[in-house]
Amino acid sequence: MAQQLNHLRETASQTAGPYVHIGCVPNFSGISGVYDEDLGIAMVNEKTAGERIVIEGRVLDGTGTPLKDALIEIWQADSQGLYNSPSEMRGTADPNFTGWGRQAMDMSTGVFRFETVKPGRVPFLDGRLQAPHVSLWIVARGINLGLNTRMYFADEEAANAEDPVLVRIEHQVRVPTLMAARKGDTYHFDIYLQGESETIFFDI
Amino acid sequence: MGNAKPETGAFFPRDRSLHPKAFTPDYKTSVVRSPQKALLSLNNTISEITGPVFGHKILGERDNDLILNFAKPGESALGERIIVHGRVLDERGRGVSGALLEFWQANAGGRYRHAKEGYIAPLDPNFGGCGRTITDDDGTYSLRTVKPGPYPWPNGVNDWRPSHIHFSVFGHGFAQRLITQMYFEGDPLIPLCPIARTITDQAALDQLIAPLDMANTIPMDARAFKFDIVLRGRRSTLFENRMEGN
Repeated sequence: MAQQLNHLRETASQTAGPYVHIGCVPNFSGISGVYDEDLGIAMVNEKTAGERIVIEGRVLDGTGTPLKDALIEIWQADSQGLYNSPSEMRGTADPNFTGWGRQAMDMSTGVFRFETVKPGRVPFLDGRLQAPHVSLWIVARGINLGLNTRMYFADEEAANAEDPVLVRIEHQVRVPTLMAARKGDTYHFDIYLQGESETIFFDI
Repeated sequence: MGNAKPETGAFFPRDRSLHPKAFTPDYKTSVVRSPQKALLSLNNTISEITGPVFGHKILGERDNDLILNFAKPGESALGERIIVHGRVLDERGRGVSGALLEFWQANAGGRYRHAKEGYIAPLDPNFGGCGRTITDDDGTYSLRTVKPGPYPWPNGVNDWRPSHIHFSVFGHGFAQRLITQMYFEGDPLIPLCPIARTITDQAALDQLIAPLDMANTIPMDARAFKFDIVLRGRRSTLFENRMEGN
């Protein structure tokens, strides 16, 4: 008999449900006086370095209907390509940029909106640079395990063309599902849970 | 995060067999909200192994006390007073320090304080239903609340949720992000619930059920339930490829 690995098993996920706002964005849901402000609402302040952008979009179900009860979190590098995390060993990220944001969908329109900065490039495992991207995590009623995806910037054509993640996607026809189109300072990113234009979701 | 050196190893691949599948038709809402194409496997890059940290300074004194954090001065929430405590661990069995836990729940009558909530049970004017805390250096946490009531929900014509508390958990990396629900030992509604039953691995479901913990119960005050949470483990970086390449 060999020794035992004795690894524990990860706790199983359960849906965030329709009332995720109570726990994650209570002020948004009308529960005031418990926390001063909802976490993740402000990613930037007046001193944050880099190009200010807005990310706006919707999450659509298999019938094309926008979800009005979803919650999205994003995680990204600062404008220099550094993460505001203790595990970032390459340097110190902009202290005026959290890198992490959390937003609920507007309960009447289903639109989400993040005010952030355009991220710099970060390395892939082999040292090649990845194209600028934002990591997303989506939870909602009816989603049993949070969905991971990435948003890339459609106007970063050269960087996207050599991105180590994008180039190895077998069905290149699906790559546009990860691309946000720019209009002014706003990048628009719709996420399709199902259908012909189903967004690429990752097992990370 | 205590004094421990930050870790930079990739997370263990997620064992998806213990998690619910995306498409679980007995939980009807999942039908049009479940991706149908295969997930794209992505070895962790720095984008996945890093994550935000939240210092204890974000916490208010009553953030982990749902009995008092929404109550008027001198009053408290109605219901069975309970303490929920445990540890956040990773798959290696190590305590996860500095983990942000956020929790939310219905009141003792099974009613949520939410615009989309339609159950006839009354709101408790002294109960908001949200709380949060951050784990200590060894991963321990605790909260005080009232036991949430079960409630009916529109799925089948007569489906009831067992009493449960929702937990949102941040570990040290974005890839560890997890939302789950804690159930209570002995609740006969658990095996009937279409949401609990999205988990088909019985041991994984059992891991969501908190046992009564008489040893930590406060006499004449509050019963205790113990709920440990396990996040993904991560590899040692000893022989990891260097981030900047070999």
